[in-house]
Amino acid sequence: MFDEAAMKELREIREKYPSARAALLPALYVAQREFGWMSPEAYEAVSEMLGIPKAIARGVGTFYAMYKHRPEGRNIIQLCTNISCMILGAERLADFLKGRYGLEPGGTTPDGRFSLVIMECIGACGTAPAMLVNDDFYENLTEKYIEEILEKYR
Amino acid sequence: MEKVLLKNIENPNSTDINEYKQAGGYKSLPKALALKPKEVIDDVKRAGLRGRGGAGFPVAMKWTFATADPKFPKYLLCNADEGEPGTFKDRPILEKNPHLLIEGMAISGYALGAEYGYIYLRGEYPAAKHILNRAISQAYEAGFLGDNIAGSGTRFHLAVHQGAGAYICGEETALIESLEGDKGQPRIKPPFPVNVGAFAKPTVVNNVETLSNLPYIIEIGGESYSKIGSPDCPGPKIYCVSGHVEKPGVYELPMGTSLRDIIYSHAGGIKGTRKLKAVIPGGISTPVLPPEKIDCPMDFVSMPKHGSMLGSGAVIVMDETVCLVKVCYRALRFFEHESCGKCTPCREGTGWLRKILGRIENGEGLEGDIDLLLAISSNMLGKTFCPLGDGAASVVQNFIKHFRPEFEEHIGARACTVR
Repeated sequence: MFDEAAMKELREIREKYPSARAALLPALYVAQREFGWMSPEAYEAVSEMLGIPKAIARGVGTFYAMYKHRPEGRNIIQLCTNISCMILGAERLADFLKGRYGLEPGGTTPDGRFSLVIMECIGACGTAPAMLVNDDFYENLTEKYIEEILEKYR
Repeated sequence: MEKVLLKNIENPNSTDINEYKQAGGYKSLPKALALKPKEVIDDVKRAGLRGRGGAGFPVAMKWTFATADPKFPKYLLCNADEGEPGTFKDRPILEKNPHLLIEGMAISGYALGAEYGYIYLRGEYPAAKHILNRAISQAYEAGFLGDNIAGSGTRFHLAVHQGAGAYICGEETALIESLEGDKGQPRIKPPFPVNVGAFAKPTVVNNVETLSNLPYIIEIGGESYSKIGSPDCPGPKIYCVSGHVEKPGVYELPMGTSLRDIIYSHAGGIKGTRKLKAVIPGGISTPVLPPEKIDCPMDFVSMPKHGSMLGSGAVIVMDETVCLVKVCYRALRFFEHESCGKCTPCREGTGWLRKILGRIENGEGLEGDIDLLLAISSNMLGKTFCPLGDGAASVVQNFIKHFRPEFEEHIGARACTVR
Protein backbone atom coordinates (compact mmCIF):
# COMPACT_ATOMS: atom_id res chain seq x y z
CA MET A 1 0.00 0.00 0.00
CA PHE A 2 1.04 3.59 -0.55
CA ASP A 3 1.74 5.84 2.39
CA GLU A 4 -0.27 9.03 2.89
CA ALA A 5 2.24 11.30 1.11
CA ALA A 6 2.22 9.08 -1.97
CA MET A 7 -1.57 8.87 -1.86
CA LYS A 8 -1.79 12.66 -1.83
CA GLU A 9 0.59 12.86 -4.78
CA LEU A 10 -1.45 10.27 -6.66
CA ARG A 11 -4.71 12.12 -6.00
CA GLU A 12 -3.13 15.27 -7.44
CA ILE A 13 -1.98 13.34 -10.50
CA ARG A 14 -5.43 11.85 -10.93
CA GLU A 15 -6.96 15.34 -11.05
CA LYS A 16 -4.97 16.23 -14.14
CA TYR A 17 -6.83 13.69 -16.26
CA PRO A 18 -10.42 13.11 -17.31
CA SER A 19 -10.16 9.38 -16.48
CA ALA A 20 -8.46 7.30 -13.78
CA ARG A 21 -6.97 5.08 -16.45
CA ALA A 22 -5.00 8.02 -17.90
CA ALA A 23 -3.22 8.40 -14.57
CA LEU A 24 -1.79 4.88 -14.92
CA LEU A 25 1.64 5.73 -16.37
CA PRO A 26 2.42 8.45 -13.81
CA ALA A 27 1.05 6.20 -11.03
CA LEU A 28 3.39 3.40 -12.11
CA TYR A 29 6.29 5.85 -11.80
CA VAL A 30 5.23 6.71 -8.26
CA ALA A 31 4.88 3.01 -7.42
CA GLN A 32 8.32 2.25 -8.82
CA ARG A 33 9.85 4.99 -6.70
CA GLU A 34 7.98 3.90 -3.55
CA PHE A 35 8.47 0.13 -3.89
CA GLY A 36 11.91 0.24 -5.57
CA TRP A 37 10.73 -1.79 -8.55
CA MET A 38 7.47 -2.97 -10.10
CA SER A 39 6.92 -5.82 -7.69
CA PRO A 40 3.57 -7.64 -7.41
CA GLU A 41 2.87 -5.44 -4.35
CA ALA A 42 3.56 -2.30 -6.41
CA TYR A 43 1.02 -3.39 -9.03
CA GLU A 44 -1.45 -4.27 -6.32
CA ALA A 45 -1.15 -0.76 -4.84
CA VAL A 46 -1.60 0.97 -8.21
CA SER A 47 -4.50 -1.26 -9.10
CA GLU A 48 -6.27 -0.51 -5.84
CA MET A 49 -5.61 3.22 -5.91
CA LEU A 50 -6.89 3.73 -9.45
CA GLY A 51 -9.49 0.99 -9.53
CA ILE A 52 -7.85 -0.70 -12.51
CA PRO A 53 -7.52 -4.52 -12.76
CA LYS A 54 -4.04 -5.76 -11.87
CA ALA A 55 -3.72 -7.64 -15.15
CA ILE A 56 -4.32 -4.42 -17.09
CA ALA A 57 -1.86 -2.43 -14.98
CA ARG A 58 0.78 -5.12 -15.40
CA GLY A 59 0.10 -5.51 -19.12
CA VAL A 60 0.65 -1.80 -19.62
CA GLY A 61 3.61 -1.58 -17.25
CA THR A 62 5.53 -4.38 -18.96
CA PHE A 63 5.14 -2.69 -22.37
CA TYR A 64 7.38 0.19 -21.34
CA ALA A 65 11.16 -0.08 -20.94
CA MET A 66 11.44 2.30 -18.02
CA TYR A 67 9.41 0.29 -15.52
CA LYS A 68 11.77 -2.20 -13.89
CA HIS A 69 10.47 -5.66 -13.16
CA ARG A 70 13.17 -6.83 -10.82
CA PRO A 71 15.20 -5.12 -8.12
CA GLU A 72 17.92 -2.93 -9.61
CA GLY A 73 21.14 -1.48 -8.26
CA ARG A 74 21.16 1.77 -6.30
CA ASN A 75 22.33 3.67 -9.37
CA ILE A 76 21.19 2.93 -12.89
CA ILE A 77 23.61 3.61 -15.72
CA GLN A 78 21.78 4.04 -19.00
CA LEU A 79 24.33 3.93 -21.79
CA CYS A 80 23.25 4.80 -25.32
CA THR A 81 24.64 2.58 -28.08
CA ASN A 82 22.47 3.78 -30.95
CA ILE A 83 24.14 4.87 -34.18
CA SER A 84 25.48 8.34 -33.33
CA CYS A 85 26.94 7.01 -30.07
CA MET A 86 28.04 3.71 -31.64
CA ILE A 87 30.15 5.33 -34.35
CA LEU A 88 31.88 7.43 -31.70
CA GLY A 89 32.85 4.50 -29.50
CA ALA A 90 29.90 3.57 -27.27
CA GLU A 91 30.59 -0.16 -27.63
CA ARG A 92 34.13 0.35 -26.34
CA LEU A 93 32.59 2.05 -23.31
CA ALA A 94 30.25 -0.90 -22.76
CA ASP A 95 33.32 -3.17 -22.84
CA PHE A 96 35.01 -0.86 -20.36
CA LEU A 97 32.07 -1.05 -17.93
CA LYS A 98 32.27 -4.82 -18.17
CA GLY A 99 36.03 -5.00 -17.67
CA ARG A 100 36.34 -2.35 -14.97
CA TYR A 101 33.13 -2.89 -12.99
CA GLY A 102 31.99 -6.35 -14.07
CA LEU A 103 28.80 -4.80 -15.44
CA GLU A 104 27.04 -6.75 -18.16
CA PRO A 105 24.18 -5.14 -20.09
CA GLY A 106 21.08 -5.78 -17.98
CA GLY A 107 23.24 -6.75 -15.01
CA THR A 108 23.92 -5.40 -11.55
CA THR A 109 27.19 -5.28 -9.62
CA PRO A 110 27.35 -7.80 -6.71
CA ASP A 111 27.44 -4.91 -4.20
CA GLY A 112 24.23 -3.50 -5.68
CA ARG A 113 25.90 -0.20 -6.48
CA PHE A 114 25.24 -0.10 -10.22
CA SER A 115 22.95 -1.58 -12.83
CA LEU A 116 23.62 -1.17 -16.53
CA VAL A 117 20.91 -0.68 -19.12
CA ILE A 118 21.81 -0.39 -22.79
CA MET A 119 19.63 2.39 -24.17
CA GLU A 120 18.28 3.35 -27.51
CA CYS A 121 18.78 7.01 -28.44
CA ILE A 122 18.70 9.40 -25.45
CA GLY A 123 18.80 12.60 -27.51
CA ALA A 124 22.41 13.51 -26.81
CA CYS A 125 23.72 12.67 -30.30
CA GLY A 126 25.59 15.95 -30.74
CA THR A 127 27.63 15.22 -27.63
CA ALA A 128 28.01 11.47 -28.18
CA PRO A 129 28.79 9.08 -26.66
CA ALA A 130 26.38 9.73 -23.81
CA MET A 131 24.69 8.14 -20.82
CA LEU A 132 22.30 8.88 -18.01
CA VAL A 133 23.16 7.95 -14.45
CA ASN A 134 19.82 8.01 -12.63
CA ASP A 135 18.41 11.40 -13.76
CA ASP A 136 21.70 13.02 -14.77
CA PHE A 137 22.98 13.37 -18.34
CA TYR A 138 26.69 12.81 -19.05
CA GLU A 139 28.05 13.51 -22.50
CA ASN A 140 31.28 13.33 -24.55
CA LEU A 141 32.21 10.23 -22.57
CA THR A 142 35.62 8.60 -22.37
CA GLU A 143 36.77 5.71 -20.17
CA LYS A 144 38.53 8.12 -17.83
CA TYR A 145 35.54 10.44 -17.61
CA ILE A 146 33.22 7.51 -16.80
CA GLU A 147 35.50 6.52 -13.91
CA GLU A 148 35.34 10.08 -12.55
CA ILE A 149 31.56 10.25 -12.91
CA LEU A 150 30.88 6.92 -11.25
CA GLU A 151 32.98 7.92 -8.21
CA LYS A 152 30.13 10.28 -7.34
CA TYR A 153 27.59 7.49 -7.09
CA ARG A 154 27.78 5.19 -4.10
CA MET B 1 18.63 34.84 -39.87
CA GLU B 2 17.75 35.87 -36.33
CA LYS B 3 17.16 32.96 -34.01
CA VAL B 4 13.56 32.25 -33.19
CA LEU B 5 13.44 28.80 -31.63
CA LEU B 6 16.87 28.82 -30.01
CA LYS B 7 16.72 32.52 -29.14
CA ASN B 8 18.33 33.42 -25.84
CA ILE B 9 19.35 29.85 -24.97
CA GLU B 10 22.90 30.91 -24.08
CA ASN B 11 21.39 32.88 -21.20
CA PRO B 12 21.88 30.63 -18.14
CA ASN B 13 18.48 31.76 -16.77
CA SER B 14 16.64 31.33 -20.06
CA THR B 15 14.07 29.00 -18.47
CA ASP B 16 12.83 31.70 -16.10
CA ILE B 17 9.62 33.49 -17.02
CA ASN B 18 11.05 36.95 -16.31
CA GLU B 19 14.00 36.38 -18.62
CA TYR B 20 11.65 35.12 -21.29
CA LYS B 21 9.43 38.21 -20.91
CA GLN B 22 12.48 40.46 -20.92
CA ALA B 23 13.46 38.98 -24.29
CA GLY B 24 10.03 39.83 -25.69
CA GLY B 25 8.15 36.70 -24.62
CA TYR B 26 4.42 36.43 -23.84
CA LYS B 27 3.64 39.37 -26.12
CA SER B 28 2.19 37.22 -28.88
CA LEU B 29 -0.37 35.48 -26.65
CA PRO B 30 -2.41 38.65 -25.85
CA LYS B 31 -2.08 39.65 -29.48
CA ALA B 32 -3.53 36.30 -30.57
CA LEU B 33 -6.28 36.46 -27.94
CA ALA B 34 -7.39 39.80 -29.40
CA LEU B 35 -8.01 38.05 -32.73
CA LYS B 36 -10.79 35.60 -33.47
CA PRO B 37 -9.65 31.94 -33.35
CA LYS B 38 -10.35 31.65 -37.07
CA GLU B 39 -8.09 34.66 -37.74
CA VAL B 40 -5.24 32.95 -35.88
CA ILE B 41 -5.70 29.83 -38.00
CA ASP B 42 -5.78 31.98 -41.15
CA ASP B 43 -2.50 33.58 -40.16
CA VAL B 44 -0.92 30.15 -39.59
CA LYS B 45 -2.23 29.16 -43.02
CA ARG B 46 -0.64 32.24 -44.60
CA ALA B 47 2.59 31.38 -42.79
CA GLY B 48 2.59 27.99 -44.54
CA LEU B 49 3.70 26.27 -41.34
CA ARG B 50 4.21 22.52 -41.69
CA GLY B 51 4.51 20.06 -38.84
CA ARG B 52 8.12 19.57 -37.73
CA GLY B 53 7.72 16.07 -36.32
CA GLY B 54 8.68 14.42 -39.60
CA ALA B 55 5.61 14.23 -41.81
CA GLY B 56 5.46 17.93 -42.72
CA PHE B 57 1.66 18.06 -42.66
CA PRO B 58 0.21 21.60 -43.07
CA VAL B 59 -0.64 22.77 -39.55
CA ALA B 60 -3.58 25.04 -40.45
CA MET B 61 -5.23 22.16 -42.31
CA LYS B 62 -4.96 19.83 -39.32
CA TRP B 63 -6.34 22.56 -37.06
CA THR B 64 -9.23 23.26 -39.42
CA PHE B 65 -10.25 19.57 -39.36
CA ALA B 66 -10.30 19.64 -35.56
CA THR B 67 -12.24 22.89 -35.25
CA ALA B 68 -14.81 21.67 -37.81
CA ASP B 69 -15.71 18.79 -35.49
CA PRO B 70 -18.41 19.93 -33.04
CA LYS B 71 -17.44 17.50 -30.25
CA PHE B 72 -16.19 19.07 -27.04
CA PRO B 73 -13.86 19.34 -25.20
CA LYS B 74 -10.97 19.34 -27.63
CA TYR B 75 -7.41 18.45 -26.69
CA LEU B 76 -4.06 19.81 -27.78
CA LEU B 77 -1.17 17.39 -27.35
CA CYS B 78 2.43 18.37 -27.73
CA ASN B 79 4.54 15.54 -29.04
CA ALA B 80 7.75 15.79 -27.01
CA ASP B 81 8.51 12.09 -27.36
CA GLU B 82 11.66 12.91 -29.29
CA GLY B 83 13.03 9.44 -29.92
CA GLU B 84 14.07 9.18 -33.56
CA PRO B 85 17.74 8.20 -33.28
CA GLY B 86 19.99 11.10 -34.18
CA THR B 87 17.40 13.67 -33.11
CA PHE B 88 18.04 16.22 -30.38
CA LYS B 89 16.30 19.30 -31.74
CA ASP B 90 13.40 19.52 -29.28
CA ARG B 91 15.58 18.99 -26.23
CA PRO B 92 17.09 22.53 -26.31
CA ILE B 93 13.60 24.04 -26.58
CA LEU B 94 12.32 21.89 -23.70
CA GLU B 95 15.35 22.43 -21.49
CA LYS B 96 16.25 26.03 -22.37
CA ASN B 97 13.18 27.69 -23.83
CA PRO B 98 10.14 26.09 -22.16
CA HIS B 99 8.09 29.31 -22.10
CA LEU B 100 8.30 29.58 -25.89
CA LEU B 101 6.58 26.20 -26.11
CA ILE B 102 4.03 27.09 -23.42
CA GLU B 103 3.17 30.37 -25.16
CA GLY B 104 2.88 28.51 -28.47
CA MET B 105 0.56 25.95 -26.90
CA ALA B 106 -1.64 28.62 -25.30
CA ILE B 107 -1.98 30.34 -28.68
CA SER B 108 -2.75 27.04 -30.41
CA GLY B 109 -5.21 26.04 -27.69
CA TYR B 110 -7.08 29.30 -28.21
CA ALA B 111 -7.15 28.87 -31.99
CA LEU B 112 -8.47 25.32 -31.64
CA GLY B 113 -10.93 25.95 -28.84
CA ALA B 114 -8.98 23.40 -26.79
CA GLU B 115 -9.08 24.02 -23.06
CA TYR B 116 -6.70 21.22 -22.10
CA GLY B 117 -3.22 20.50 -23.29
CA TYR B 118 -0.69 17.84 -22.42
CA ILE B 119 2.99 17.73 -23.21
CA TYR B 120 3.82 14.08 -23.86
CA LEU B 121 7.45 14.09 -22.77
CA ARG B 122 9.73 11.12 -23.32
CA GLY B 123 10.82 9.38 -20.13
CA GLU B 124 14.48 9.75 -21.05
CA TYR B 125 14.37 13.54 -20.52
CA PRO B 126 14.13 13.80 -16.72
CA ALA B 127 15.74 17.24 -16.61
CA ALA B 128 13.21 18.60 -19.09
CA LYS B 129 10.38 17.31 -16.91
CA HIS B 130 11.48 19.42 -13.94
CA ILE B 131 12.14 22.46 -16.11
CA LEU B 132 8.74 22.22 -17.83
CA ASN B 133 6.87 21.71 -14.57
CA ARG B 134 8.53 24.76 -13.08
CA ALA B 135 7.83 26.85 -16.19
CA ILE B 136 4.18 25.70 -16.21
CA SER B 137 3.78 26.77 -12.55
CA GLN B 138 5.28 30.15 -13.38
CA ALA B 139 2.93 30.54 -16.34
CA TYR B 140 -0.07 29.71 -14.12
CA GLU B 141 1.06 32.27 -11.54
CA ALA B 142 1.52 34.91 -14.21
CA GLY B 143 -1.93 34.19 -15.62
CA PHE B 144 -0.79 32.82 -19.00
CA LEU B 145 -2.35 29.45 -18.16
CA GLY B 146 -5.53 28.74 -16.21
CA ASP B 147 -9.20 29.68 -16.36
CA ASN B 148 -8.71 33.23 -17.60
CA ILE B 149 -5.53 33.42 -19.66
CA ALA B 150 -4.08 36.91 -20.00
CA GLY B 151 -7.39 38.31 -18.73
CA SER B 152 -9.23 37.20 -21.87
CA GLY B 153 -11.79 34.86 -20.32
CA THR B 154 -10.25 31.97 -22.27
CA ARG B 155 -9.31 28.76 -20.44
CA PHE B 156 -6.21 26.74 -21.14
CA HIS B 157 -4.79 24.16 -18.78
CA LEU B 158 -1.52 22.40 -19.37
CA ALA B 159 0.25 19.41 -17.81
CA VAL B 160 3.25 17.22 -18.54
CA HIS B 161 2.62 13.53 -19.18
CA GLN B 162 5.81 11.51 -18.95
CA GLY B 163 6.33 8.60 -21.32
CA ALA B 164 8.19 5.52 -20.17
CA GLY B 165 10.65 4.49 -22.85
CA ALA B 166 8.82 3.49 -26.01
CA TYR B 167 9.84 4.97 -29.37
CA ILE B 168 6.49 4.01 -30.87
CA CYS B 169 4.74 6.63 -28.70
CA GLY B 170 6.09 9.29 -31.06
CA GLU B 171 3.47 8.02 -33.53
CA GLU B 172 0.43 10.16 -32.78
CA THR B 173 -2.19 7.48 -32.21
CA ALA B 174 0.23 5.44 -30.06
CA LEU B 175 0.93 8.64 -28.13
CA ILE B 176 -2.78 9.03 -27.48
CA GLU B 177 -3.09 5.41 -26.34
CA SER B 178 -0.19 5.99 -23.97
CA LEU B 179 -1.70 9.22 -22.63
CA GLU B 180 -4.91 7.32 -21.94
CA GLY B 181 -2.97 4.78 -19.89
CA ASP B 182 -2.57 1.98 -22.38
CA LYS B 183 0.23 0.25 -24.25
CA GLY B 184 1.59 2.51 -26.97
CA GLN B 185 0.14 0.63 -29.91
CA PRO B 186 -1.00 2.61 -32.95
CA ARG B 187 -4.68 2.80 -33.87
CA ILE B 188 -5.98 2.18 -37.32
CA LYS B 189 -6.93 5.36 -39.17
CA PRO B 190 -9.57 6.61 -39.90
CA PRO B 191 -10.96 7.90 -37.65
CA PHE B 192 -8.16 10.44 -37.38
CA PRO B 193 -7.24 12.05 -34.05
CA VAL B 194 -8.69 15.39 -35.22
CA ASN B 195 -12.11 13.69 -34.91
CA VAL B 196 -11.60 10.84 -32.45
CA GLY B 197 -8.40 11.39 -30.53
CA ALA B 198 -7.62 11.58 -26.83
CA PHE B 199 -10.58 10.45 -24.69
CA ALA B 200 -12.52 10.04 -27.96
CA LYS B 201 -12.53 13.79 -28.51
CA PRO B 202 -11.14 15.95 -31.34
CA THR B 203 -7.40 16.14 -30.73
CA VAL B 204 -4.52 17.90 -32.37
CA VAL B 205 -1.06 16.42 -31.92
CA ASN B 206 1.77 18.80 -32.86
CA ASN B 207 5.51 18.55 -32.37
CA VAL B 208 7.46 20.74 -29.90
CA GLU B 209 9.24 22.64 -32.67
CA THR B 210 5.98 23.20 -34.57
CA LEU B 211 4.19 24.72 -31.59
CA SER B 212 7.24 26.81 -30.72
CA ASN B 213 6.90 28.61 -34.06
CA LEU B 214 3.51 30.07 -33.12
CA PRO B 215 4.60 33.08 -31.06
CA TYR B 216 6.86 34.25 -33.88
CA ILE B 217 4.16 33.79 -36.53
CA ILE B 218 1.79 35.94 -34.47
CA GLU B 219 4.56 38.46 -33.80
CA ILE B 220 5.60 39.11 -37.41
CA GLY B 221 2.47 37.88 -39.21
CA GLY B 222 2.03 34.86 -41.45
CA GLU B 223 2.86 36.82 -44.59
CA SER B 224 6.34 37.82 -43.39
CA TYR B 225 6.97 34.40 -41.87
CA SER B 226 6.22 32.73 -45.20
CA LYS B 227 9.20 34.54 -46.76
CA ILE B 228 11.72 32.70 -44.55
CA GLY B 229 13.40 29.71 -46.21
CA SER B 230 11.77 27.42 -48.78
CA PRO B 231 8.61 28.83 -50.36
CA ASP B 232 6.82 25.45 -50.13
CA CYS B 233 7.59 24.91 -46.46
CA PRO B 234 8.81 28.14 -44.91
CA GLY B 235 10.15 29.05 -41.53
CA PRO B 236 13.15 28.44 -39.35
CA LYS B 237 14.25 24.82 -38.89
CA ILE B 238 16.44 23.23 -36.26
CA TYR B 239 18.89 20.82 -37.83
CA CYS B 240 20.81 18.59 -35.46
CA VAL B 241 24.11 17.22 -36.66
CA SER B 242 25.91 14.27 -35.09
CA GLY B 243 28.64 11.80 -35.98
CA HIS B 244 31.94 12.54 -37.68
CA VAL B 245 31.83 16.33 -38.04
CA GLU B 246 34.06 18.94 -36.46
CA LYS B 247 31.21 20.78 -34.75
CA PRO B 248 28.25 18.54 -33.97
CA GLY B 249 25.24 20.29 -32.47
CA VAL B 250 21.97 22.08 -33.19
CA TYR B 251 21.74 24.69 -35.94
CA GLU B 252 18.70 26.87 -36.44
CA LEU B 253 18.69 27.82 -40.13
CA PRO B 254 16.16 28.76 -42.79
CA MET B 255 14.20 25.72 -43.93
CA GLY B 256 15.72 24.44 -47.16
CA THR B 257 19.39 25.00 -46.32
CA SER B 258 21.31 22.44 -48.34
CA LEU B 259 22.57 19.28 -46.69
CA ARG B 260 26.07 20.08 -47.92
CA ASP B 261 25.96 23.55 -46.32
CA ILE B 262 24.71 22.14 -43.05
CA ILE B 263 27.57 19.65 -42.90
CA TYR B 264 30.39 21.76 -44.33
CA SER B 265 29.51 25.43 -43.64
CA HIS B 266 27.82 25.07 -40.28
CA ALA B 267 29.02 21.83 -38.69
CA GLY B 268 32.62 22.42 -39.78
CA GLY B 269 32.93 19.54 -42.25
CA ILE B 270 34.23 16.03 -41.71
CA LYS B 271 36.32 15.51 -38.60
CA GLY B 272 40.06 15.22 -39.24
CA THR B 273 41.29 14.21 -42.67
CA ARG B 274 38.98 11.32 -43.37
CA LYS B 275 36.52 11.12 -46.23
CA LEU B 276 32.74 11.27 -46.05
CA LYS B 277 31.12 7.89 -46.60
CA ALA B 278 27.39 8.28 -45.94
CA VAL B 279 24.82 10.64 -44.46
CA ILE B 280 21.47 9.86 -42.87
CA PRO B 281 19.70 13.20 -43.33
CA GLY B 282 16.61 13.09 -41.11
CA GLY B 283 16.92 10.49 -38.35
CA ILE B 284 17.54 6.80 -38.91
CA SER B 285 14.16 6.09 -40.51
CA THR B 286 15.04 8.30 -43.48
CA PRO B 287 16.92 6.91 -46.51
CA VAL B 288 20.72 7.06 -46.29
CA LEU B 289 22.55 9.11 -48.95
CA PRO B 290 26.01 8.62 -50.47
CA PRO B 291 28.44 11.61 -50.58
CA GLU B 292 27.59 12.56 -54.17
CA LYS B 293 23.92 13.14 -53.27
CA ILE B 294 24.16 15.75 -50.54
CA ASP B 295 23.44 18.82 -52.68
CA CYS B 296 19.80 18.86 -51.74
CA PRO B 297 17.67 21.47 -49.97
CA MET B 298 16.67 20.13 -46.57
CA ASP B 299 12.93 20.62 -46.61
CA PHE B 300 9.83 18.42 -46.75
CA VAL B 301 9.17 18.97 -50.47
CA SER B 302 12.69 18.79 -51.90
CA MET B 303 14.14 15.81 -50.04
CA PRO B 304 11.80 13.17 -51.57
CA LYS B 305 12.89 14.41 -55.02
CA HIS B 306 16.48 13.72 -53.98
CA GLY B 307 15.84 10.21 -52.77
CA SER B 308 15.37 10.78 -49.07
CA MET B 309 13.21 12.66 -46.55
CA LEU B 310 13.62 15.58 -44.19
CA GLY B 311 12.25 13.59 -41.26
CA SER B 312 13.26 15.28 -38.04
CA GLY B 313 16.23 17.07 -39.61
CA ALA B 314 18.64 14.83 -37.71
CA VAL B 315 21.79 14.61 -39.81
CA ILE B 316 24.04 11.66 -38.94
CA VAL B 317 27.40 11.95 -40.69
CA MET B 318 29.57 8.87 -41.17
CA ASP B 319 33.18 8.84 -42.35
CA GLU B 320 35.08 6.10 -44.20
CA THR B 321 35.90 4.14 -41.04
CA VAL B 322 32.25 3.21 -40.51
CA CYS B 323 30.95 -0.21 -41.48
CA LEU B 324 27.56 0.39 -43.06
CA VAL B 325 26.46 -3.22 -42.66
CA LYS B 326 26.96 -2.74 -38.96
CA VAL B 327 25.08 0.57 -38.94
CA CYS B 328 22.21 -1.08 -40.82
CA TYR B 329 22.27 -3.98 -38.35
CA ARG B 330 22.22 -1.57 -35.40
CA ALA B 331 19.30 0.32 -36.91
CA LEU B 332 17.33 -2.91 -37.28
CA ARG B 333 18.17 -3.96 -33.74
CA PHE B 334 16.56 -0.67 -32.73
CA PHE B 335 13.45 -1.21 -34.83
CA GLU B 336 13.05 -4.77 -33.57
CA HIS B 337 13.32 -3.57 -29.98
CA GLU B 338 10.83 -0.76 -30.54
CA SER B 339 8.27 -2.61 -32.65
CA CYS B 340 5.08 -2.59 -30.59
CA GLY B 341 4.15 -6.10 -31.72
CA LYS B 342 0.67 -5.21 -32.91
CA CYS B 343 1.04 -6.08 -36.59
CA THR B 344 2.81 -9.12 -38.01
CA PRO B 345 4.90 -7.64 -40.86
CA CYS B 346 6.68 -5.28 -38.47
CA ARG B 347 6.91 -7.58 -35.44
CA GLU B 348 8.29 -10.53 -37.42
CA GLY B 349 9.98 -8.59 -40.21
CA THR B 350 12.19 -6.38 -38.05
CA GLY B 351 13.55 -9.39 -36.14
CA TRP B 352 14.14 -11.41 -39.28
CA LEU B 353 16.00 -8.53 -40.97
CA ARG B 354 18.10 -7.98 -37.84
CA LYS B 355 19.12 -11.64 -37.69
CA ILE B 356 20.22 -11.72 -41.33
CA LEU B 357 22.14 -8.45 -41.03
CA GLY B 358 23.78 -9.75 -37.87
CA ARG B 359 25.03 -12.89 -39.56
CA ILE B 360 26.38 -10.92 -42.54
CA GLU B 361 28.26 -8.58 -40.20
CA ASN B 362 29.62 -11.57 -38.24
CA GLY B 363 31.01 -13.30 -41.32
CA GLU B 364 28.25 -15.87 -41.52
CA GLY B 365 26.28 -14.34 -44.38
CA LEU B 366 24.87 -16.71 -46.95
CA GLU B 367 24.71 -16.50 -50.69
CA GLY B 368 21.30 -14.96 -51.45
CA ASP B 369 21.04 -13.08 -48.16
CA ILE B 370 20.91 -9.69 -49.87
CA ASP B 371 17.99 -10.77 -52.05
CA LEU B 372 16.31 -12.23 -48.99
CA LEU B 373 16.68 -8.89 -47.17
CA LEU B 374 15.11 -7.11 -50.13
CA ALA B 375 12.26 -9.61 -50.38
CA ILE B 376 11.41 -9.29 -46.68
CA SER B 377 11.60 -5.50 -46.85
CA SER B 378 9.28 -5.27 -49.80
CA ASN B 379 6.81 -7.52 -48.00
CA MET B 380 6.78 -5.11 -45.06
CA LEU B 381 6.60 -1.81 -46.91
CA GLY B 382 3.10 -0.35 -46.93
CA LYS B 383 1.70 -3.33 -45.03
CA THR B 384 2.04 -2.13 -41.46
CA PHE B 385 -0.27 -0.15 -39.15
CA CYS B 386 2.16 2.71 -38.75
CA PRO B 387 5.37 4.10 -40.27
CA LEU B 388 7.70 2.17 -37.92
CA GLY B 389 7.62 -0.91 -40.14
CA ASP B 390 7.99 1.18 -43.27
CA GLY B 391 10.97 2.94 -41.74
CA ALA B 392 12.68 -0.36 -40.92
CA ALA B 393 12.09 -1.77 -44.41
CA SER B 394 13.22 1.39 -46.15
CA VAL B 395 16.44 1.56 -44.11
CA VAL B 396 17.44 -1.90 -45.39
CA GLN B 397 16.41 -1.13 -48.98
CA ASN B 398 18.33 2.12 -49.11
CA PHE B 399 21.52 0.85 -47.49
CA ILE B 400 21.56 -1.96 -50.07
CA LYS B 401 20.62 0.40 -52.92
CA HIS B 402 23.56 2.72 -52.31
CA PHE B 403 26.11 0.39 -50.71
CA ARG B 404 25.40 -3.10 -52.09
CA PRO B 405 29.09 -3.89 -52.79
CA GLU B 406 29.88 -3.53 -49.09
CA PHE B 407 27.23 -6.13 -48.24
CA GLU B 408 28.55 -8.43 -50.99
CA GLU B 409 32.13 -8.08 -49.75
CA HIS B 410 31.07 -9.06 -46.25
CA ILE B 411 29.40 -12.20 -47.54
CA GLY B 412 32.25 -13.03 -49.93
CA ALA B 413 35.01 -12.50 -47.36
CA ARG B 414 32.95 -14.16 -44.61
CA ALA B 415 34.00 -11.27 -42.37
CA CYS B 416 33.48 -7.58 -41.77
CA THR B 417 35.63 -5.87 -44.39
CA VAL B 418 35.71 -2.37 -42.88
CA ARG B 419 37.73 -2.91 -39.71
